[in-house]
Amino acid sequence: METRDIISTGNDLAAIAAVDAGCMFFGGYPITPSSEVMQTISDLLPKIGGVCIQMEDEIAGVAVAIGAGMAGHRTMTATSGPGISLKAENLGLAQMCEVPLVVVNVMRGGPSTGLPTRVSQGDVRQAKNPSHGDYRSITLCAGSLAECYTETVRAFNLADRFMQPVFVLLDETIGHMHGKAVVPTVEEVKKAIVPRKKFTGAPEEYRPYGVGADEPAVLNPMFEGYRYHYTGLHHDAKGFPTEEIETCRKLIQRLEDKVMMHTDELELNEEFMLDDMTGEEGEVLIIAYGSVSLAAKESIRHLRAAGIKAGLFRPLTLWPSPEKSIRKYTDMIKNVLCVELNIRQYTEEVERVSSRLDIQGLFKVNGRPISPHEIVSKVKEVF
Amino acid sequence: MAFNYDQYLRLEKMPTLWCWGCGDGVILKAVIRAIEACGWKQDDVCVVSGIGCSGRFSSYVDFNTVHTTHGRTIAFATGIQLMHPDKHIICVAGDGDAMAIGGNHTIHGCRRNINIKFIMINNFIYGLTNSQTSPTTPQGMWTVTQKSGNIDPTFDACNVAIASGASFVARETMLDPKKLEKVLIKGFQHRGFAFFDILSNCHINLGRKNKMASAMENLEWIDSITIPLKKYEALSPEEQLNKMPTGVLKHDDTAREYSDMYYQEVIGYHQGKRKVITQDDFTKKI
Repeated sequence: METRDIISTGNDLAAIAAVDAGCMFFGGYPITPSSEVMQTISDLLPKIGGVCIQMEDEIAGVAVAIGAGMAGHRTMTATSGPGISLKAENLGLAQMCEVPLVVVNVMRGGPSTGLPTRVSQGDVRQAKNPSHGDYRSITLCAGSLAECYTETVRAFNLADRFMQPVFVLLDETIGHMHGKAVVPTVEEVKKAIVPRKKFTGAPEEYRPYGVGADEPAVLNPMFEGYRYHYTGLHHDAKGFPTEEIETCRKLIQRLEDKVMMHTDELELNEEFMLDDMTGEEGEVLIIAYGSVSLAAKESIRHLRAAGIKAGLFRPLTLWPSPEKSIRKYTDMIKNVLCVELNIRQYTEEVERVSSRLDIQGLFKVNGRPISPHEIVSKVKEVF
Repeated sequence: MAFNYDQYLRLEKMPTLWCWGCGDGVILKAVIRAIEACGWKQDDVCVVSGIGCSGRFSSYVDFNTVHTTHGRTIAFATGIQLMHPDKHIICVAGDGDAMAIGGNHTIHGCRRNINIKFIMINNFIYGLTNSQTSPTTPQGMWTVTQKSGNIDPTFDACNVAIASGASFVARETMLDPKKLEKVLIKGFQHRGFAFFDILSNCHINLGRKNKMASAMENLEWIDSITIPLKKYEALSPEEQLNKMPTGVLKHDDTAREYSDMYYQEVIGYHQGKRKVITQDDFTKKI
């Protein structure tokens, strides 16, 4: 793959990636530490004839983006935890109507106003179930500057493939980090775009939601002769409200199955220094994601230098979680340490998947990053 | 020959869920006639509705239709409009939708003066949820959440829209469908944010407990509180107090429409077709 170097910040790279991936619309509302995404894309979109609008609140910021998505365009919003809390209702509507959308969440300390300018991974659990009701959220998490770009691109392609909102989690550290990112060229990105499916038959035969039991809706662009209906109510194949028992059951089951029966298309992990693990006594598995993984990698170099065989498993797709891969390593390696900037939010998922209750954790919730030294000390302390 | 609505209706969705004698159907038909009078093609129209009885409006009409969350019609419609500034976007909301939960979006939709036709069906009550107080419920009326009588001061929706910067503001009732149609046509043909406060009846959930249990009694009350703008202006302040003026209350053709400004000025600047926008570009700057 051909690459290029961009010297920038994580937030700016997400904005650049969006435009390269074909995003034509951005709606948002200012919030620390994500505001730079909107600030940057407000310059980029009008250059290519796209639109960026700052709305009156977070609710409108996501609604306006979903509106553009309903009309048929690649669309994005960006915010931080408090913004997601406000956007939750309309994210539920987008899940129910199956409207593709990319939501960048640059995480800061919570709950509530929390620590606006400091780092956290406190929205991981929220990303799994941002609103009421049953559906499967897709959540990606960038662990480096380059991934702020590549994961945003991946989110656009997955949103169109699965026809639903896709979260890209950054955090304050990675969002404001400045440096060189080696990313694919625009041509490479454009080449990999798979636009959303379109129905091309006769309008009277069009059934936007009349698809296979594990398939996403096929939503044609607006104003092209296929007049159909969007609703947050339970709906039939044509999109109209219904309370028919089987139709309601099938709809919600399909929202589950369209994701959970295709997790292989979603899974993406980094396995760092795990290839020489054999399951022998004393080996240490660290599980971390996002900016924390940078410290985890550094700590592994120190641990290895001190004679402790450690490695990192890092999911880039947090939700749905990579169950098989997590199980593979937690079955093999006895000493497992989860490192998170929250309290147990992903550790509980590792416990669920591995059926182990002896998973160790290093959790930090004071708005400061975790240092490699802290991880090294923790490993030496608990194992 | 009588107007044929069939082409514009999703007939398989009939009958509507609206109660017998409800004004929403009269408004729906007036909107359809106005759309035809404007010569708009069905494929070029998008109807966005909110939550409540009026929320079902979008599912009955054969256009591109969106039934959104409570109060958020304008926000969704703004995204659709900005990507398709040459299409015709109509929002339909109730008084709870537009003035309570969605009040902020109403204000800012008006302020931006974006080309959205916003129809507020004002029946003075939360009808679908059975008689809770709305921001337009008259003081002293019975509601299920204020059984001793409503003490909440009311919103004058048109004054809100005018103060917020909508360039076309009108109030009509469903009592005179011909007049309603004319006002709708005028607003539909206006480029900018058109706000319609359309008074309608809810004899079931407002009237029953407020001495107007039939549709006719409810409509007679609406008739008694409304008066054409010219006649309203001739009244003394005391006489004006409990009357609502009808007709076109504001029509400003000079205000620039938002998407026009975005495409011409913002995109124009970023594509090198104009210099940076400064205060000199605007007559009213503050």
